[in-house]
Amino acid sequence: MKRSTRINLLLLLAVAALAVLPLVLGLGDHKEEPFAGADGEAETAITELDPGYEPWFSPLYEPPSGEIESALFALQAAIGAGVLAYYFGLRRGRRQGEARALARTEPEHGPAGEGAGDESASRPRS
Amino acid sequence: MHIAEGFLPPAHAVAWGAAAAPFVIHGARSLIREVREHPESTLLLGASGAFTFVLSALKLPSVTGSCSHPTGTGLGAILFRPPVMAVLGTITLLFQSLLLAHGGLTTLGANVFSMAVVGPWAGYAVYRLLRRYDVPLMAAVFCGAFLADLSTYCVTTVQLALAFPDPGSGFLGALGKFGSIFAVTQIPLAVSEGLLTVLVMRLLVQSSKGELTRLGVLVAGAASARAGERKAVAR
Repeated sequence: MKRSTRINLLLLLAVAALAVLPLVLGLGDHKEEPFAGADGEAETAITELDPGYEPWFSPLYEPPSGEIESALFALQAAIGAGVLAYYFGLRRGRRQGEARALARTEPEHGPAGEGAGDESASRPRS
Repeated sequence: MHIAEGFLPPAHAVAWGAAAAPFVIHGARSLIREVREHPESTLLLGASGAFTFVLSALKLPSVTGSCSHPTGTGLGAILFRPPVMAVLGTITLLFQSLLLAHGGLTTLGANVFSMAVVGPWAGYAVYRLLRRYDVPLMAAVFCGAFLADLSTYCVTTVQLALAFPDPGSGFLGALGKFGSIFAVTQIPLAVSEGLLTVLVMRLLVQSSKGELTRLGVLVAGAASARAGERKAVAR
């Protein structure tokens, strides 16, 4: 495995460890509702600080169940991950294409390889 | 850091909206200018927005026994400067408030101010400062992303403490209370965000050297990323 790939995997592993450790160590056990959202806890804190406070506006649309909500969150993550993957895939493909075009033109035109390589590099976008 | 719909008194909601609006308008202008002058950067802009989308959907457990999520605004702020992130962050927050009942329209101004204005600027400032003192690129990126994330939650803490001071101990008491909910929970998550931002930046250095050089993240003419890490370049 290449050194840079190893470092990238280690970075992912560290993130996973940071997420899993609180669960494994049972850091939520002291709570009535372990690992609830901090946003929700803030709402509870507000009602404690100011018991008379009534939210004066409610969401226009509220997911009817936890399942629908998690589906929409998954959709959000999927859209983001899809666009990121498209970007990196496109970049990788372009680089490979350039390298291949360069390799093809080199034996005929010498080392400059101006034609295909530069043309695809300067293409504004696709 | 999403303050729920209706959970800020009207005066606060309006004030934060007024504070955030100029940044978003200015950001929209810089975004349009960026796309017009450099159409080739549209893809990377999309990728920066996508990063925010993914990270703010990831609810992660933290040491306090509650869950929160990163913001993902540091990457775009480092690449395209903070104004652009004011727009991309607002889009993310709108998506969440309209479809997920997460955050809200009345609290949009306050949430935009913390996540799409202060976060990106704080992260970018630290990144630029560290680069000026020749801190290696990836270390500066980590610190920038870490601070963009953490400062966002600190602003939310202040916003809520201003709106709901503790009856006994006042603003400071409420600051401690909301701080223990948001800021402390966020520290390990900010580390995660820093690591993920470094990962994406490493992939970008591999795949998009030309683009990063144009944006001033890498030094022009540098033979390798390593050489690019030595000097900060003014933009």
